[in-house]
Amino acid sequence: MQEKAESVLGPYRVLDLADEKGLLCGKILGDLGADVIKIERPGGDEARNLGPFYHDEPDPEKSLFWFALNTSKRGITLNIETVDGRVLFRKLVETADFVIESFPPGYLDSLGLGYSDLEKINPRIIMVSITPFGQSGPYRDFKTSDIVAWAMGGEMAPYGDIDRPPIHFSHHSQAFLHAGCDGAQGALTALYHRWDTGEGQQVDVSIQDSVVQCTEHITSGWDLHKMNQKRTEPGSSGGRITQLWPCKDGYVSWFYWGGPMSLRTNVPMVEWLESEGAATDFLTQYDWSKFGFETTPEEIKQIEEPTAKFFMEHTKAELFEGALKNGVQLYPVSTPADMLGSPQLEARGIWAEMEHPELGDTITYPGPTTGYSESPPRISRRAPLIGEHNREIYVDELAVSEEELLVLKQAGVI
Amino acid sequence: MTKQLLEGIRVVDFTWHLTGPLTTKHLSDLGAEVIIVESRHRPGWERGKPLSGSTDQYCTGKLSATVNTRDPRGLDLVKKLIAMSDIVADNFAGGAMDRMGLGYKVLKEIKPDIIMLSTSMQGQTGPHFNHPGSGHKLTALAGFSNILGWPDREPGWIAAYTDFIAPRYNIIAIMAALEYRRRTGKGQYLDMSQYEAGMQFMGTLVLDYVVNKRVVGRTGNKCEYAAPYNAYRCQGEDRWCAISVFTDEEWESFCTVIGNPALKNDPKFATFRARKTNEEELDRLVNEWTSTRTAEEVMSKMQAAGVAAGVAETGEDLLDNDPQFKHRKTFVQLEYPDGGKYRTQMGNHFLMSKYTPDMKRAPLLGEHNEYVFKELLGLPDDEYERLIKEEVID
Repeated sequence: MQEKAESVLGPYRVLDLADEKGLLCGKILGDLGADVIKIERPGGDEARNLGPFYHDEPDPEKSLFWFALNTSKRGITLNIETVDGRVLFRKLVETADFVIESFPPGYLDSLGLGYSDLEKINPRIIMVSITPFGQSGPYRDFKTSDIVAWAMGGEMAPYGDIDRPPIHFSHHSQAFLHAGCDGAQGALTALYHRWDTGEGQQVDVSIQDSVVQCTEHITSGWDLHKMNQKRTEPGSSGGRITQLWPCKDGYVSWFYWGGPMSLRTNVPMVEWLESEGAATDFLTQYDWSKFGFETTPEEIKQIEEPTAKFFMEHTKAELFEGALKNGVQLYPVSTPADMLGSPQLEARGIWAEMEHPELGDTITYPGPTTGYSESPPRISRRAPLIGEHNREIYVDELAVSEEELLVLKQAGVI
Repeated sequence: MTKQLLEGIRVVDFTWHLTGPLTTKHLSDLGAEVIIVESRHRPGWERGKPLSGSTDQYCTGKLSATVNTRDPRGLDLVKKLIAMSDIVADNFAGGAMDRMGLGYKVLKEIKPDIIMLSTSMQGQTGPHFNHPGSGHKLTALAGFSNILGWPDREPGWIAAYTDFIAPRYNIIAIMAALEYRRRTGKGQYLDMSQYEAGMQFMGTLVLDYVVNKRVVGRTGNKCEYAAPYNAYRCQGEDRWCAISVFTDEEWESFCTVIGNPALKNDPKFATFRARKTNEEELDRLVNEWTSTRTAEEVMSKMQAAGVAAGVAETGEDLLDNDPQFKHRKTFVQLEYPDGGKYRTQMGNHFLMSKYTPDMKRAPLLGEHNEYVFKELLGLPDDEYERLIKEEVID
C-alpha cells in the first residue's frame, strides 16, 4: 500500500461493472494506481469468453483479451440483480470514488442503483457510463457492435476499396477502446471538478461520439467544402499516390509528400535511392517544388516505379534501418512480432513481466505508456481470476462472516 | 457566469496540426487559458488561414500570441510567460525544445512545479527518438495497417489513425499530472510517445504473439463470433449499412425483419456454425434485401427488432443528418469576426451531468498579443510597440 500512495490515483477506489465496451477505462485508472475492484457476475464476465486464449485453451481463466484489459484490478463476483447483491454493492459505493458501468441506459436505475440513487449514498461518487450512443436521445436504446460503431461514427465510409464494402479494423473492437480512454479522461476531469465543488457527477460516454473524434478531414471536408471523402481503387492505398508499398517480406509506409513538406521529405529519399544505385535520372533531376496536385499520373509513375522496385529488393527491417540512417520518413507495417524486437520500445522500457502463478508462467505484457517523470503508471497486478478477491473484500473489508459468505455463494449472490 | 472547469489553469502551447492541438483542446474547451505561441514568419502548417481545417477544429478556445523565439528578447518573453503558467505542451521532434532553450530542465528552474508535455512519434529517448514521422506512418509502425483490409489484398489505408489515439493518452497524462500536483505540489515531465499510445490498443494481439507466437493479419469485416457481420449495399449512390448478428435470438429477429422467417430453419443458416460456414452465401442474401432499401430504413428496422445495425455515415450524415449527434450537440457551430462559420466537436469527448463546457472559436494569428504581452507580462506601451517594430513580437 505504501507504493500505491505514491501513485497518481493511490487514494481512490473504483468499482468496475463494465463489460467488453468499457474494460479499458478501469485498466487505465488501475495502472495509474487506483484500487480498482472488477465486479463480475457469478461465474465470470462474458468478456472472458473472448479469444485468443493462453495456449489456445478456451477457458474463462485464460482469455488473453481479458488479461490485456484487466491489469491492475482486483476481482469479485456479485449478482446485483439480487436484493442481497444490491445491499453489498451499496456498501461498496460508500467506500468508492468511481463507478464504471456499460449497461444499457436505464438498467441500473431499474435496480435502484442509477446515478441518482448512488449520489444519495455517496454524493462524491463519480459514475462513468459507457454506452453505444449515450444516456439520452433518439438512439439511446440502439444496440451497437464494433462494425456498427465504426460505421455510425463516420470512420468507415471513406476507407477500403471502391469495389468492396467500407472496411473497419479486424479482430477485437477498436471503437470500445476509444470509448474506454474517453471514460478515463472523463473520470479524471470529474475528479478535478470534484476538488472544486465537493460533488461527484455522471460522465456520459457515447461510443459513437468517441469514434467520431477520429474523423478530422471527413467532418471538416463536408463542413468547409461540401465534399464527402470517397473510397479508392484497390491497390493504390489512398488514390493518386502510393502510401503502403509491398517489400520483400511485407509492407512499408511511405509517400512522396506534396506542398511545403516535399523538399524536407522527398529529397532524403531520392538521395538514399541514389546512394544505393536505385535512382533514375528522372528522379534525381526532379524539381520537387512542383510536386503536388498538378503532377500528372505519368510523372507519378516515373517517380514511383524505381522506388517500388527498390523496396521489393529489401525486407522491411532493412528498409527501416536505411530510413533511420538517411532521415527518411519510411516506416514498416509492423506486426506484434516486430514490436517485440523493437530496440526503441525496449529502450523506453514499455515491457512488463507479469507472473501468472496459476499458469506457472510469466508473461511479457505491453505496459502502460512510459515517460512520466514523477508518477509513472504501471501494471500493479495481473488480471483477477473469477472471484479471486471475494474473501479479501467481503470478509476482511465489509465484515461479512464466513458463514454468510457460504450462504451468499449458494444463493447465487457471489 | 459559472466558473469554468479548468479556470485558473494557464497553458503555453507550442503544438501544431493534430496530436498536440487535440491534446490542449481538451484543456481550452474546459476553460483553461491556452496560449498558442507561434510566429508570423515561421507559421505552423496551415496556421493563419481561418477555415482551412484542422486549426479551426483543434484550436478552439485558445489564445494566440506571435513571437520570434530565435531572438533572445522573444525567448525571454516566452520564459516569463511560462513562469506564470501551469502547463507547457509541445509536439516537436525529439530534442527540439532543448535546442530552443526551452527544455524541461530550464522550465523547471523558471517554474518549479511546471507540468511539461512533449508528444512525439517515439518519445524523447531511445535510439529512434528523433526519427521524423507523422500519424500516417505511426499507424503502420504501431501495427494497425497490418490488421485493416481484405486478406487477399494490400493493407488498407486509414489516414493518420494514431494521431487520434495519442491525444487521448496525452490528456489522461495531463489530468493525472494535475491531480498529482494538487496532492504533492510536484510538477513533472510527460515524455509521450505516439508509438506507445497506439500499442495500448494492440494489447490483445501483442499477448497473442507473446504467448501463442501467432501473428494475425487482415480478415476484412469478419468477426469470429458473429454472422451476418458486414457492411451491406443499400439503395442510392455508395450507401451502406452495417449489420451484426451475434445470437440465435438476433438471428430470428433478423429473419423476421427481412420478411423471410423460414430462413431461420434453413439448414444452411439455422445454427451459428452453419451461418459461419455459409457466410458468403448469407452475405449475398443480406445484400439482396438491403440493396432495394435505404440505409436508414435498414438501420431503423433492424434496431427496432433488437439487431445492431447502423448507416455507414458520410461527413454529410455526421454533420447534417444524424439526430443523435444533434441531440448531444456533438458538433457546434462557431463564427470568426468576419462572419466565416465552421463546425467542430468539443475537446472533451463526453458529457458531464453537472458541467456544460462553452466552446469558443479558434484565434486569429496574434489576436491576443496585447493581452499576453501588455496585460499578462506588463510590457509598457512604448516597449510593446518597439518590439513589434523590431519583429520580436512578430
